[in-house]
Parts: sequence; structure tokens; C-alpha cells
Amino acid sequence: MVEWTDAERTAINFVFTKLDYDSVGPESLSRCLIVYPWTQRYFGGFGNLYNAEAILSNPMIAAHGITVLHGLDRALNNMDDIKNTYTQLSELHSEKLHVDPDNFRLLADCLVVVIAGRLGTDFTPEMQAAFAKFLSVVVSALGRQYH
Amino acid sequence: MSLSAKDKKNVVDFFGQVGGKAAEIGNDALSRMIVVYPQTKTYFSHWKDLSPGSADVKRHGLTVMTGVLDAVDKIDDLVGGLLSLSELHAFTLRVDPGNFKILSHCLLVVLAGMFPAEFSPEVHVAVDKFLAKVALALSEKYR
Repeated sequence: MVEWTDAERTAINFVFTKLDYDSVGPESLSRCLIVYPWTQRYFGGFGNLYNAEAILSNPMIAAHGITVLHGLDRALNNMDDIKNTYTQLSELHSEKLHVDPDNFRLLADCLVVVIAGRLGTDFTPEMQAAFAKFLSVVVSALGRQYH
Repeated sequence: MSLSAKDKKNVVDFFGQVGGKAAEIGNDALSRMIVVYPQTKTYFSHWKDLSPGSADVKRHGLTVMTGVLDAVDKIDDLVGGLLSLSELHAFTLRVDPGNFKILSHCLLVVLAGMFPAEFSPEVHVAVDKFLAKVALALSEKYR
């Protein structure tokens, strides 16, 4: 089981309270698709992804970014058992969506970059460490049901 | 993965705008790397103080950022331009190349935090690609 210090729990909760899901979600997913264009392979049915502008203004991508970000809520509300919280989502990503689990890490990295952009100096190194740890646990949980 | 003309322009223009804050950027990036990825501390066992913003971290942050800005000037021939730095990293420092990715990520986080308006998605991808190429050039002499 993952051990969380009180400081880590506080830091992670703080980040989430500052999160504007409707803006951070779309921007994170958009950046992922722009910075790591091979991730676009999973979004064939999402319309125009031709360039950065198209991606950033694509309503389907925006909606999906919000969905994905809310997916983190489960981990936030079950921090002492993130592993099992994502069993079904892991199966979904493996069996149905066929997403290479490496991509989870890429999206997580983009999320950290976007949050840094929003919080500026409030996003201290310690906060980054706690949040990065949180995301790496989620990423690991999402990869568990792959075989 | 190679740098397009547009990538190069984005990198050169962006660092032209933010290069003046090299010391601050380097200090913040290195501080974050040490805190967020504690395994990187193993390379700094000879420092007195590894806490964020310490004298050692500040000094070395500037050294690293100066190297990055130098690489921007040599963007058209990174392997050739960074040859001696590559030899340093390969034979003397022997930093595991996996750590270049870690520091690059921390640099992106700092740049996003300090320059949210300038660090657009296009600049983000250009800088990410550039840092990857710098890392590759630094590993050139490893084996």
C-alpha cells in the first residue's frame, strides 16, 4: 500500500481545489496531442486534429479532457487504495481502448506542466513532488490489468 | 525526430525572451529535480547543502542553464557544438542518460510556471524536442 504523509495529502488536495477542470482538462489533453503527436492515434474519430490550433479549439477533445481529468477524482477520494480503484478503468484502457500504457505517463507529464502554468510559484517543488507521486500511482494502477 | 525550421525559430525566439532569467530558471529546475526525483541526489553527494535554492544548487543551476542557452546558439549542429560537453558527461560525470529526461521535464515545468503566456503548446513541443536533442548530443560520446 502506498504511504502518504500528511503534507503530501494536503499538497495533493490543495492542487485539486485550485483545479479548473473545464480549462485544465482540455489544455492538458490538447498539449499531450500536440507535444506527443503519436498519441493522436487514439482519437481518429475526434474530427480535426490537423494542427495545434485545430486541436486546441476541438470541442470533442475539450470534452474528453474534462472527462479524463475527472477520472482522477476517484484516486483523490480513495488515496489509500488507488490500485484497486482503477481495476475496471485499467481493463477498459487495455481491452477496449488498446492504449499503450506509456501514454498515461505522457499525459501525466502534460498535466503537471499545465498546473505549473496555472499556479506559478504556488506550485512549489514539494507540491510538485507530492502531485507527481500521486500521478505515478494512478499511472501504475491504470497499467495493472494489462497482460 | 528532428527540429523543423519552425521548431528552431520557436526555440530561439523563446529563449531569446526568457534567457535573461537563466539563473532563476536553472535554480528552480535543479531544485525541483532534486526534490521530485530524489534518486538524482546521488550525483551531488559532494555538496554541502542540497536544499532548494542553496548556494550549491544556485551555482549549478546557472551552469546548466548557461549550457542550455549555449546549445540554443548551436541549434543547427548540436552534436558538433556540444562535443566537449558530451565528453565531460561521458567520461567524467557519467550521468546516466535517463536523468536528462528528468531534468528536461523539470525545465518544462519551470518554464510553464514562469512564462505561462509565452509557453504555448507550440513552444512546449519545440522546447521538448530541442531538449531531447540536447540530451542525445550529450550522450553522443557515452559508448
